[in-house]
Amino acid sequence: MSALLSVQSLTVRTGALELVSKVSFEIEPGARMGLIGESGSGKSMTALAVMGLLPARVHSSGSVLLDGKEVVGAPERTLVPLRGNAAAVVFQEPLTALDPLMKVGRQVAEPLIRRARRNGEKLARREVRREVRRLFEEVSLPEPDRVSHSYPHQLSGGQRQRVALAMALSCRPKLLIADEPTTALDVTIQAEILGLLDRLVRDHGMALLFIGHDLPVVASVVDQMTVLRQGVAVEQGPVGQILREPRHAYTQELVDAARTFDAALEGSA
Amino acid sequence: MSTARDGGSVSAAAGRKRSPTLIVGLILVGIHVAVALLTLVWTPYEPSDTSGSRLEAPSWEHPAGTDRLGRDLLTQIMIGSRIALAVGSGAIGIGALIGVTFGLLAAFATRLLDDALAALLDILIAFPTLLLAMLVVAAQGGASLGSAVLALGIAISAIVARLTRIVSKRVLSQDYITASRTSGTSWPAVVFRHVLPNIWPTLVVNFALQFGLAVIAEASLSYLGLGTPPPNASWGRLLLEAQGTVLTAPVGAIAPGIALVMLVLGMNFVADGLRDVGDPTRRRTR
Repeated sequence: MSALLSVQSLTVRTGALELVSKVSFEIEPGARMGLIGESGSGKSMTALAVMGLLPARVHSSGSVLLDGKEVVGAPERTLVPLRGNAAAVVFQEPLTALDPLMKVGRQVAEPLIRRARRNGEKLARREVRREVRRLFEEVSLPEPDRVSHSYPHQLSGGQRQRVALAMALSCRPKLLIADEPTTALDVTIQAEILGLLDRLVRDHGMALLFIGHDLPVVASVVDQMTVLRQGVAVEQGPVGQILREPRHAYTQELVDAARTFDAALEGSA
Repeated sequence: MSTARDGGSVSAAAGRKRSPTLIVGLILVGIHVAVALLTLVWTPYEPSDTSGSRLEAPSWEHPAGTDRLGRDLLTQIMIGSRIALAVGSGAIGIGALIGVTFGLLAAFATRLLDDALAALLDILIAFPTLLLAMLVVAAQGGASLGSAVLALGIAISAIVARLTRIVSKRVLSQDYITASRTSGTSWPAVVFRHVLPNIWPTLVVNFALQFGLAVIAEASLSYLGLGTPPPNASWGRLLLEAQGTVLTAPVGAIAPGIALVMLVLGMNFVADGLRDVGDPTRRRTR
Protein backbone atom coordinates (compact mmCIF):
# COMPACT_ATOMS: atom_id res chain seq x y z
CA MET A 1 0.00 0.00 0.00
CA SER A 2 1.46 3.35 -0.99
CA ALA A 3 1.68 6.12 1.56
CA LEU A 4 -0.83 9.00 1.50
CA LEU A 5 1.90 11.40 2.53
CA SER A 6 5.55 10.66 1.98
CA VAL A 7 8.07 13.24 3.16
CA GLN A 8 11.65 12.45 2.11
CA SER A 9 14.61 14.49 3.41
CA LEU A 10 12.54 17.67 3.45
CA THR A 11 14.66 20.75 4.05
CA VAL A 12 13.12 24.18 4.56
CA ARG A 13 15.34 27.22 4.62
CA THR A 14 15.12 30.99 4.55
CA GLY A 15 18.31 32.56 3.35
CA ALA A 16 21.17 30.71 5.05
CA LEU A 17 19.00 29.60 7.97
CA GLU A 18 17.78 26.00 7.96
CA LEU A 19 14.37 25.75 9.64
CA VAL A 20 13.84 22.06 8.86
CA SER A 21 16.74 19.71 8.05
CA LYS A 22 16.28 16.49 6.10
CA VAL A 23 13.09 15.38 7.82
CA SER A 24 11.52 12.16 6.52
CA PHE A 25 8.30 10.41 7.52
CA GLU A 26 5.38 8.60 5.92
CA ILE A 27 1.69 8.48 6.69
CA GLU A 28 -0.41 5.59 5.36
CA PRO A 29 -4.09 6.17 4.62
CA GLY A 30 -5.96 6.21 7.92
CA ALA A 31 -2.76 6.33 10.02
CA ARG A 32 -2.04 8.88 12.75
CA MET A 33 1.31 10.59 13.06
CA GLY A 34 2.31 13.06 15.75
CA LEU A 35 4.91 15.75 15.16
CA ILE A 36 6.22 17.00 18.47
CA GLY A 37 8.77 19.64 19.40
CA GLU A 38 9.18 23.01 21.09
CA SER A 39 8.36 26.28 19.34
CA GLY A 40 10.82 27.06 16.58
CA SER A 41 11.53 23.37 16.03
CA GLY A 42 10.06 23.54 12.51
CA LYS A 43 6.75 21.73 13.14
CA SER A 44 4.50 24.31 11.53
CA MET A 45 6.96 24.92 8.69
CA THR A 46 6.79 21.21 7.92
CA ALA A 47 3.00 21.39 7.80
CA LEU A 48 3.04 24.43 5.50
CA ALA A 49 5.64 22.74 3.28
CA VAL A 50 3.32 19.72 2.95
CA MET A 51 0.57 22.05 1.67
CA GLY A 52 2.97 23.97 -0.58
CA LEU A 53 2.10 27.14 1.35
CA LEU A 54 5.46 28.34 2.63
CA PRO A 55 5.73 32.12 3.03
CA ALA A 56 7.61 34.12 0.39
CA ARG A 57 11.39 33.83 0.73
CA VAL A 58 11.11 30.48 2.54
CA HIS A 59 12.10 27.62 0.26
CA SER A 60 11.86 23.87 0.50
CA SER A 61 13.87 21.08 -1.07
CA GLY A 62 13.69 17.31 -0.88
CA SER A 63 10.43 15.58 -1.69
CA VAL A 64 6.86 15.74 -0.43
CA LEU A 65 4.51 13.29 -2.14
CA LEU A 66 0.94 14.12 -1.16
CA ASP A 67 -1.62 11.68 -2.54
CA GLY A 68 0.93 10.66 -5.19
CA LYS A 69 1.70 14.23 -6.34
CA GLU A 70 5.00 16.02 -5.80
CA VAL A 71 4.43 19.24 -3.82
CA VAL A 72 7.98 20.64 -3.62
CA GLY A 73 8.48 23.01 -6.54
CA ALA A 74 5.00 22.36 -7.93
CA PRO A 75 3.16 25.24 -9.62
CA GLU A 76 0.06 26.80 -8.05
CA ARG A 77 -2.30 25.19 -10.58
CA THR A 78 -1.20 21.70 -9.44
CA LEU A 79 -1.43 22.63 -5.77
CA VAL A 80 -4.84 24.35 -5.71
CA PRO A 81 -6.85 21.21 -6.60
CA LEU A 82 -4.70 19.16 -4.22
CA ARG A 83 -5.34 21.42 -1.23
CA GLY A 84 -8.51 20.55 0.59
CA ASN A 85 -9.01 17.31 -1.36
CA ALA A 86 -5.81 15.53 -0.35
CA ALA A 87 -5.25 17.38 2.90
CA ALA A 88 -6.91 20.09 4.99
CA VAL A 89 -5.50 21.99 7.96
CA VAL A 90 -6.84 23.10 11.34
CA PHE A 91 -4.78 25.87 12.86
CA GLN A 92 -3.81 26.83 16.37
CA GLU A 93 -5.66 30.11 16.76
CA PRO A 94 -9.19 29.79 15.38
CA LEU A 95 -9.94 33.51 15.76
CA THR A 96 -7.25 34.53 13.31
CA ALA A 97 -7.80 31.48 11.07
CA LEU A 98 -11.38 32.59 10.28
CA ASP A 99 -12.15 35.62 8.11
CA PRO A 100 -13.44 38.27 10.57
CA LEU A 101 -15.83 39.80 8.03
CA MET A 102 -17.45 36.62 6.72
CA LYS A 103 -20.23 34.76 8.51
CA VAL A 104 -18.93 31.37 9.57
CA GLY A 105 -21.69 29.46 7.75
CA ARG A 106 -20.47 30.99 4.51
CA GLN A 107 -16.86 30.11 5.32
CA VAL A 108 -17.82 26.46 5.76
CA ALA A 109 -19.98 26.58 2.62
CA GLU A 110 -17.21 27.89 0.34
CA PRO A 111 -15.24 24.60 0.11
CA LEU A 112 -18.52 22.68 -0.38
CA ILE A 113 -19.54 24.82 -3.33
CA ARG A 114 -16.04 24.67 -4.77
CA ARG A 115 -15.85 20.89 -4.54
CA ALA A 116 -19.24 20.53 -6.21
CA ARG A 117 -18.18 22.88 -9.00
CA ARG A 118 -14.97 20.93 -9.61
CA ASN A 119 -17.03 17.76 -9.88
CA GLY A 120 -19.20 19.52 -12.44
CA GLU A 121 -22.27 19.71 -10.17
CA LYS A 122 -24.17 22.71 -8.97
CA LEU A 123 -25.45 22.80 -5.43
CA ALA A 124 -28.75 24.55 -4.74
CA ARG A 125 -28.64 27.09 -1.94
CA ARG A 126 -30.90 24.88 0.16
CA GLU A 127 -28.59 21.87 -0.21
CA VAL A 128 -25.59 23.98 0.80
CA ARG A 129 -27.44 25.20 3.90
CA ARG A 130 -28.46 21.67 4.82
CA GLU A 131 -24.90 20.38 4.39
CA VAL A 132 -23.45 23.21 6.50
CA ARG A 133 -26.03 22.46 9.19
CA ARG A 134 -25.11 18.76 9.08
CA LEU A 135 -21.39 19.59 9.44
CA PHE A 136 -22.10 21.89 12.39
CA GLU A 137 -24.09 19.11 14.05
CA GLU A 138 -21.26 16.69 13.37
CA VAL A 139 -18.80 18.90 15.24
CA SER A 140 -21.38 19.25 18.06
CA LEU A 141 -22.04 22.96 17.71
CA PRO A 142 -25.12 24.05 19.62
CA GLU A 143 -27.77 25.99 17.68
CA PRO A 144 -26.21 25.40 14.25
CA ASP A 145 -28.54 27.92 12.60
CA ARG A 146 -27.58 30.75 14.92
CA VAL A 147 -23.87 29.90 14.70
CA SER A 148 -24.12 29.81 10.93
CA HIS A 149 -25.17 33.46 10.88
CA SER A 150 -22.52 34.61 13.36
CA TYR A 151 -19.25 36.33 12.75
CA PRO A 152 -16.16 34.65 14.26
CA HIS A 153 -15.84 37.24 17.04
CA GLN A 154 -19.35 36.42 18.24
CA LEU A 155 -18.35 32.82 19.07
CA SER A 156 -16.33 31.37 21.93
CA GLY A 157 -12.86 29.91 21.38
CA GLY A 158 -14.12 26.33 21.53
CA GLN A 159 -16.97 27.09 19.12
CA ARG A 160 -14.57 28.76 16.72
CA GLN A 161 -12.31 25.70 16.71
CA ARG A 162 -15.34 23.51 16.01
CA VAL A 163 -16.17 25.78 13.08
CA ALA A 164 -12.58 25.42 11.84
CA LEU A 165 -12.94 21.64 12.10
CA ALA A 166 -16.23 21.78 10.16
CA MET A 167 -14.45 23.86 7.53
CA ALA A 168 -11.70 21.26 7.19
CA LEU A 169 -14.29 18.44 7.09
CA SER A 170 -16.27 20.19 4.37
CA CYS A 171 -13.28 19.59 2.07
CA ARG A 172 -13.55 15.81 2.73
CA PRO A 173 -9.76 15.51 2.95
CA LYS A 174 -7.87 12.20 3.03
CA LEU A 175 -5.39 13.71 5.48
CA LEU A 176 -6.22 16.11 8.28
CA ILE A 177 -3.33 18.24 9.49
CA ALA A 178 -3.97 19.63 12.97
CA ASP A 179 -1.42 22.30 13.84
CA GLU A 180 -1.60 22.73 17.64
CA PRO A 181 -5.41 22.73 17.45
CA THR A 182 -5.90 22.88 21.22
CA THR A 183 -3.04 25.10 22.35
CA ALA A 184 -5.11 28.30 22.35
CA LEU A 185 -7.96 26.70 24.33
CA ASP A 186 -8.41 26.17 28.05
CA VAL A 187 -7.99 22.69 29.47
CA THR A 188 -11.60 21.46 29.59
CA ILE A 189 -12.32 22.70 26.06
CA GLN A 190 -9.01 21.16 25.00
CA ALA A 191 -10.17 17.69 26.13
CA GLU A 192 -13.50 18.13 24.29
CA ILE A 193 -11.83 19.18 21.04
CA LEU A 194 -9.32 16.30 21.27
CA GLY A 195 -12.18 13.84 21.77
CA LEU A 196 -14.04 15.35 18.83
CA LEU A 197 -10.96 15.25 16.62
CA ASP A 198 -10.37 11.62 17.54
CA ARG A 199 -13.99 10.71 16.68
CA LEU A 200 -14.03 12.62 13.39
CA VAL A 201 -10.77 11.07 12.17
CA ARG A 202 -12.12 7.61 13.01
CA ASP A 203 -15.59 8.18 11.50
CA HIS A 204 -14.25 9.54 8.22
CA GLY A 205 -11.28 7.18 7.95
CA MET A 206 -8.97 10.18 7.58
CA ALA A 207 -5.26 10.06 8.19
CA LEU A 208 -4.04 12.53 10.83
CA LEU A 209 -0.92 14.59 11.16
CA PHE A 210 -1.11 16.07 14.64
CA ILE A 211 1.36 18.80 15.52
CA GLY A 212 1.95 19.79 19.13
CA HIS A 213 4.43 20.62 21.84
CA ASP A 214 2.66 18.87 24.71
CA LEU A 215 3.75 15.21 24.84
CA PRO A 216 0.72 13.78 26.72
CA VAL A 217 -1.71 15.61 24.39
CA VAL A 218 0.01 14.39 21.23
CA ALA A 219 0.45 10.87 22.60
CA SER A 220 -3.27 10.63 23.39
CA VAL A 221 -4.40 10.91 19.75
CA VAL A 222 -1.66 9.38 17.57
CA ASP A 223 -0.01 6.00 17.00
CA GLN A 224 3.31 7.08 15.52
CA MET A 225 5.43 9.97 16.60
CA THR A 226 8.26 12.06 15.19
CA VAL A 227 10.23 14.21 17.64
CA LEU A 228 11.62 17.39 16.10
CA ARG A 229 14.37 19.46 17.64
CA GLN A 230 15.81 22.53 15.93
CA GLY A 231 14.54 21.26 12.59
CA VAL A 232 16.01 17.76 12.95
CA ALA A 233 13.97 14.60 13.52
CA VAL A 234 15.74 13.14 16.55
CA GLU A 235 13.45 10.20 17.16
CA GLN A 236 10.69 8.35 15.36
CA GLY A 237 8.53 5.36 16.16
CA PRO A 238 5.35 4.03 17.77
CA VAL A 239 4.06 6.17 20.66
CA GLY A 240 4.23 3.38 23.26
CA GLN A 241 7.82 2.58 22.50
CA ILE A 242 8.91 6.22 22.58
CA LEU A 243 7.21 6.80 25.94
CA ARG A 244 8.64 3.61 27.46
CA GLU A 245 12.18 3.76 26.19
CA PRO A 246 13.10 7.13 24.70
CA ARG A 247 16.43 6.76 22.93
CA HIS A 248 17.35 10.41 22.45
CA ALA A 249 18.24 12.63 25.40
CA TYR A 250 15.76 15.33 24.24
CA THR A 251 12.87 12.85 24.10
CA GLN A 252 13.88 11.66 27.58
CA GLU A 253 13.60 15.28 28.77
CA LEU A 254 10.12 15.61 27.30
CA VAL A 255 8.97 12.36 28.92
CA ASP A 256 10.49 13.36 32.26
CA ALA A 257 8.88 16.78 32.09
CA ALA A 258 5.47 15.19 31.49
CA ARG A 259 6.05 12.74 34.39
CA THR A 260 7.15 15.51 36.77
CA PHE A 261 4.08 17.53 35.85
CA ASP A 262 1.81 14.52 36.46
CA ALA A 263 3.51 13.82 39.79
CA ALA A 264 3.14 17.43 40.84
CA LEU A 265 -0.55 17.34 40.00
CA GLU A 266 -1.06 14.13 41.98
CA GLY A 267 1.01 15.46 44.89
CA SER A 268 -1.16 18.57 45.19
CA ALA A 269 -4.41 16.62 44.91
CA MET B 1 -23.05 60.70 -5.34
CA SER B 2 -21.85 57.14 -5.41
CA THR B 3 -19.89 57.70 -2.25
CA ALA B 4 -22.92 59.05 -0.44
CA ARG B 5 -24.78 55.88 -1.41
CA ASP B 6 -21.90 53.71 -0.20
CA GLY B 7 -22.05 55.56 3.09
CA GLY B 8 -25.71 54.74 3.42
CA SER B 9 -25.32 51.02 2.80
CA VAL B 10 -22.40 50.61 5.16
CA SER B 11 -24.26 52.40 7.93
CA ALA B 12 -27.33 50.25 7.28
CA ALA B 13 -25.17 47.10 7.52
CA ALA B 14 -23.86 48.33 10.85
CA GLY B 15 -27.36 47.80 12.26
CA ARG B 16 -27.84 48.95 15.83
CA LYS B 17 -24.69 51.04 15.92
CA ARG B 18 -25.44 54.74 15.31
CA SER B 19 -22.84 57.38 14.79
CA PRO B 20 -24.03 60.98 15.26
CA THR B 21 -21.07 62.16 13.19
CA LEU B 22 -22.15 59.94 10.32
CA ILE B 23 -25.73 61.18 10.51
CA VAL B 24 -24.72 64.87 10.50
CA GLY B 25 -22.35 64.14 7.63
CA LEU B 26 -25.00 62.34 5.62
CA ILE B 27 -27.43 65.24 6.21
CA LEU B 28 -24.90 67.83 5.01
CA VAL B 29 -24.04 65.75 1.93
CA GLY B 30 -27.70 64.88 1.45
CA ILE B 31 -28.66 68.56 1.24
CA HIS B 32 -26.16 69.00 -1.57
CA VAL B 33 -27.37 65.90 -3.37
CA ALA B 34 -30.98 67.09 -3.09
CA VAL B 35 -30.07 70.58 -4.34
CA ALA B 36 -28.03 69.11 -7.20
CA LEU B 37 -30.95 66.92 -8.26
CA LEU B 38 -33.32 69.87 -7.95
CA THR B 39 -31.23 71.97 -10.35
CA LEU B 40 -31.86 69.38 -13.04
CA VAL B 41 -35.52 70.40 -13.10
CA TRP B 42 -35.73 73.79 -11.42
CA THR B 43 -33.57 76.75 -10.47
CA PRO B 44 -34.77 80.10 -9.04
CA TYR B 45 -33.61 81.86 -12.25
CA GLU B 46 -32.17 80.77 -15.55
CA PRO B 47 -28.39 80.44 -15.01
CA SER B 48 -27.74 82.88 -17.88
CA ASP B 49 -30.49 85.30 -16.87
CA THR B 50 -28.76 88.67 -16.45
CA SER B 51 -31.93 90.64 -15.80
CA GLY B 52 -31.02 91.54 -12.19
CA SER B 53 -29.01 94.61 -11.39
CA ARG B 54 -25.31 94.06 -10.84
CA LEU B 55 -23.79 93.13 -7.50
CA GLU B 56 -27.08 93.39 -5.73
CA ALA B 57 -27.15 92.77 -1.97
CA PRO B 58 -29.21 89.80 -0.70
CA SER B 59 -32.94 90.40 -0.99
CA TRP B 60 -36.16 88.41 -1.22
CA GLU B 61 -35.77 88.28 -5.01
CA HIS B 62 -32.11 87.26 -4.83
CA PRO B 63 -31.42 85.56 -1.44
CA ALA B 64 -27.65 85.49 -2.11
CA GLY B 65 -27.54 88.66 -4.20
CA THR B 66 -26.34 88.89 -7.80
CA ASP B 67 -22.94 88.75 -9.45
CA ARG B 68 -21.26 91.47 -11.50
CA LEU B 69 -23.25 90.43 -14.58
CA GLY B 70 -26.52 90.60 -12.67
CA ARG B 71 -27.03 86.81 -12.52
CA ASP B 72 -28.72 85.28 -9.47
CA LEU B 73 -25.97 83.94 -7.17
CA LEU B 74 -28.15 81.35 -5.44
CA THR B 75 -28.80 79.76 -8.83
CA GLN B 76 -25.08 79.73 -9.55
CA ILE B 77 -24.27 78.17 -6.18
CA MET B 78 -26.95 75.51 -6.61
CA ILE B 79 -25.57 74.54 -9.98
CA GLY B 80 -22.12 74.62 -8.39
CA SER B 81 -23.37 71.85 -6.07
CA ARG B 82 -24.10 69.69 -9.06
CA ILE B 83 -20.67 70.38 -10.56
CA ALA B 84 -18.90 69.71 -7.25
CA LEU B 85 -20.70 66.38 -6.74
CA ALA B 86 -20.07 65.36 -10.35
CA VAL B 87 -16.37 66.20 -10.04
CA GLY B 88 -16.07 64.40 -6.70
CA SER B 89 -17.87 61.27 -7.90
CA GLY B 90 -16.02 61.19 -11.20
CA ALA B 91 -12.62 61.70 -9.62
CA ILE B 92 -13.30 59.07 -6.93
CA GLY B 93 -14.63 56.67 -9.56
CA ILE B 94 -11.50 56.98 -11.69
CA GLY B 95 -9.25 56.99 -8.64
CA ALA B 96 -10.89 53.90 -7.13
CA LEU B 97 -10.86 51.90 -10.35
CA ILE B 98 -7.22 52.59 -11.24
CA GLY B 99 -5.99 52.80 -7.65
CA VAL B 100 -7.49 49.57 -6.31
CA THR B 101 -6.41 47.64 -9.42
CA PHE B 102 -2.81 48.79 -9.24
CA GLY B 103 -2.68 48.53 -5.45
CA LEU B 104 -3.77 44.88 -5.61
CA LEU B 105 -1.34 44.20 -8.45
CA ALA B 106 1.52 45.61 -6.37
CA ALA B 107 0.46 43.56 -3.33
CA PHE B 108 0.60 40.36 -5.37
CA ALA B 109 3.58 41.26 -7.56
CA THR B 110 7.07 39.88 -7.25
CA ARG B 111 9.33 41.93 -5.03
CA LEU B 112 11.03 43.67 -7.95
CA LEU B 113 7.78 44.75 -9.61
CA ASP B 114 6.32 45.74 -6.24
CA ASP B 115 9.30 47.98 -5.50
CA ALA B 116 9.03 49.55 -8.96
CA LEU B 117 5.30 50.21 -8.52
CA ALA B 118 5.83 51.61 -5.03
CA ALA B 119 8.48 54.02 -6.33
CA LEU B 120 6.21 55.06 -9.20
CA LEU B 121 3.39 55.77 -6.73
CA ASP B 122 5.67 57.85 -4.54
CA ILE B 123 6.65 59.93 -7.57
CA LEU B 124 3.01 60.36 -8.61
CA ILE B 125 2.02 61.41 -5.09
CA ALA B 126 4.90 63.90 -4.94
CA PHE B 127 3.87 65.29 -8.34
CA PRO B 128 1.85 68.49 -7.77
CA THR B 129 -1.81 68.03 -8.73
CA LEU B 130 -1.72 71.55 -10.17
CA LEU B 131 1.04 70.62 -12.60
CA LEU B 132 -0.76 67.40 -13.46
CA ALA B 133 -3.94 69.38 -14.16
CA MET B 134 -2.02 71.79 -16.42
CA LEU B 135 -0.59 68.83 -18.36
CA VAL B 136 -4.02 67.26 -18.77
CA VAL B 137 -5.51 70.58 -19.90
CA ALA B 138 -2.67 70.98 -22.39
CA ALA B 139 -3.13 67.42 -23.65
CA GLN B 140 -6.88 67.91 -24.05
CA GLY B 141 -6.47 71.28 -25.73
CA GLY B 142 -8.42 73.30 -23.17
CA ALA B 143 -9.86 73.36 -19.70
CA SER B 144 -13.09 71.48 -19.21
CA LEU B 145 -15.04 69.67 -16.53
CA GLY B 146 -13.56 66.44 -17.91
CA SER B 147 -9.96 67.61 -17.68
CA ALA B 148 -10.39 68.56 -14.01
CA VAL B 149 -12.03 65.20 -13.23
CA LEU B 150 -9.31 63.29 -15.07
CA ALA B 151 -6.44 65.17 -13.40
CA LEU B 152 -7.97 64.73 -9.94
CA GLY B 153 -8.80 61.09 -10.67
CA ILE B 154 -5.18 60.35 -11.57
CA ALA B 155 -3.92 62.15 -8.48
CA ILE B 156 -6.39 60.25 -6.25
CA SER B 157 -5.59 56.90 -7.88
CA ALA B 158 -1.98 57.16 -6.73
CA ILE B 159 -3.08 57.73 -3.13
CA VAL B 160 -5.69 54.96 -3.31
CA ALA B 161 -3.18 52.55 -4.90
CA ARG B 162 -0.67 53.13 -2.14
CA LEU B 163 -3.28 52.61 0.56
CA THR B 164 -4.67 49.50 -1.19
CA ARG B 165 -1.18 48.04 -1.49
CA ILE B 166 -0.41 48.49 2.20
CA VAL B 167 -3.77 47.29 3.52
CA SER B 168 -3.87 44.30 1.14
CA LYS B 169 -0.43 43.20 2.22
CA ARG B 170 -1.54 43.30 5.81
CA VAL B 171 -4.62 41.22 4.99
CA LEU B 172 -2.59 38.77 2.90
CA SER B 173 -0.29 38.07 5.83
CA GLN B 174 -3.23 37.03 8.04
CA ASP B 175 -3.79 33.42 9.11
CA TYR B 176 -7.25 33.24 7.56
CA ILE B 177 -5.75 33.72 4.11
CA THR B 178 -3.42 30.75 4.67
CA ALA B 179 -6.30 28.80 6.23
CA SER B 180 -8.54 29.52 3.26
CA ARG B 181 -5.79 28.55 0.83
CA THR B 182 -5.27 25.21 2.61
CA SER B 183 -8.85 24.37 1.68
CA GLY B 184 -8.04 24.97 -1.99
CA THR B 185 -9.07 28.60 -2.56
CA SER B 186 -7.34 29.99 -5.66
CA TRP B 187 -5.72 33.44 -5.73
CA PRO B 188 -8.53 35.19 -7.67
CA ALA B 189 -11.07 33.77 -5.21
CA VAL B 190 -8.89 34.89 -2.28
CA VAL B 191 -8.95 38.45 -3.67
CA PHE B 192 -12.71 38.62 -4.12
CA ARG B 193 -13.82 36.62 -1.03
CA HIS B 194 -11.29 37.77 1.52
CA VAL B 195 -9.02 40.65 0.46
CA LEU B 196 -11.55 43.09 -1.03
CA PRO B 197 -14.16 42.72 1.75
CA ASN B 198 -11.46 43.18 4.37
CA ILE B 199 -9.83 46.25 2.83
CA TRP B 200 -13.18 47.80 1.81
CA PRO B 201 -14.01 49.56 5.12
CA THR B 202 -10.62 51.30 5.09
CA LEU B 203 -11.00 52.24 1.43
CA VAL B 204 -14.52 53.66 1.81
CA VAL B 205 -13.36 55.94 4.63
CA ASN B 206 -10.53 57.12 2.43
CA PHE B 207 -12.86 57.65 -0.56
CA ALA B 208 -15.05 59.92 1.56
CA LEU B 209 -12.00 61.94 2.65
CA GLN B 210 -10.65 62.15 -0.90
CA PHE B 211 -14.08 63.22 -2.14
CA GLY B 212 -13.93 66.27 0.09
CA LEU B 213 -10.38 67.03 -0.99
CA ALA B 214 -11.33 66.62 -4.66
CA VAL B 215 -14.12 69.18 -4.25
CA ILE B 216 -11.65 71.66 -2.75
CA ALA B 217 -9.09 70.86 -5.45
CA GLU B 218 -11.65 71.41 -8.20
CA ALA B 219 -12.54 74.77 -6.68
CA SER B 220 -8.82 75.65 -6.67
CA LEU B 221 -8.38 74.51 -10.27
CA SER B 222 -11.44 76.49 -11.38
CA TYR B 223 -10.20 79.50 -9.44
CA LEU B 224 -7.00 79.29 -11.46
CA GLY B 225 -8.92 78.81 -14.68
CA LEU B 226 -7.89 75.15 -15.07
CA GLY B 227 -11.26 73.69 -14.18
CA THR B 228 -14.83 74.17 -15.18
CA PRO B 229 -15.09 76.87 -17.86
CA PRO B 230 -18.03 79.33 -18.08
CA PRO B 231 -20.99 79.26 -18.32
CA ASN B 232 -20.96 76.30 -15.87
CA ALA B 233 -20.85 77.68 -12.37
CA SER B 234 -18.17 76.07 -10.27
CA TRP B 235 -17.74 77.35 -6.72
CA GLY B 236 -14.09 78.00 -7.45
CA ARG B 237 -14.99 80.18 -10.43
CA LEU B 238 -17.59 82.03 -8.40
CA LEU B 239 -14.86 82.79 -5.86
CA LEU B 240 -12.54 83.94 -8.65
CA GLU B 241 -15.23 86.27 -10.04
CA ALA B 242 -16.03 87.62 -6.58
CA GLN B 243 -12.38 88.39 -5.88
CA GLY B 244 -12.34 91.86 -7.39
CA THR B 245 -15.46 92.95 -5.52
CA VAL B 246 -14.93 91.13 -2.25
CA LEU B 247 -14.80 94.39 -0.25
CA THR B 248 -17.88 95.96 -1.81
CA ALA B 249 -20.01 92.80 -2.21
CA PRO B 250 -18.65 90.20 0.23
CA VAL B 251 -21.67 87.90 -0.17
CA GLY B 252 -20.36 86.85 -3.58
CA ALA B 253 -17.37 85.22 -1.89
CA ILE B 254 -18.99 84.17 1.36
CA ALA B 255 -21.98 82.29 -0.09
CA PRO B 256 -20.09 79.87 -2.37
CA GLY B 257 -17.54 79.51 0.43
CA ILE B 258 -20.23 78.35 2.83
CA ALA B 259 -21.56 75.85 0.27
CA LEU B 260 -18.06 74.49 -0.27
CA VAL B 261 -17.33 74.17 3.44
CA MET B 262 -20.69 72.45 4.05
CA LEU B 263 -20.02 69.75 1.46
CA VAL B 264 -16.39 69.14 2.41
CA LEU B 265 -17.19 69.10 6.12
CA GLY B 266 -20.09 66.75 5.39
CA MET B 267 -17.83 64.33 3.53
CA ASN B 268 -15.25 64.46 6.33
CA PHE B 269 -17.96 63.71 8.88
CA VAL B 270 -19.12 60.81 6.73
CA ALA B 271 -15.53 59.53 6.64
CA ASP B 272 -15.18 59.80 10.41
CA GLY B 273 -18.58 58.26 11.00
CA LEU B 274 -17.81 55.33 8.72
CA ARG B 275 -14.60 54.78 10.61
CA ASP B 276 -16.63 54.63 13.81
CA VAL B 277 -19.20 52.11 12.62
CA GLY B 278 -16.49 50.41 10.59
CA ASP B 279 -16.43 46.65 10.50
CA PRO B 280 -18.58 44.16 12.44
CA THR B 281 -15.73 43.24 14.78
CA ARG B 282 -15.73 46.76 16.21
CA ARG B 283 -19.47 46.82 16.82
CA ARG B 284 -19.16 44.52 19.79
CA THR B 285 -17.04 46.85 21.88
CA ARG B 286 -19.11 49.95 21.41
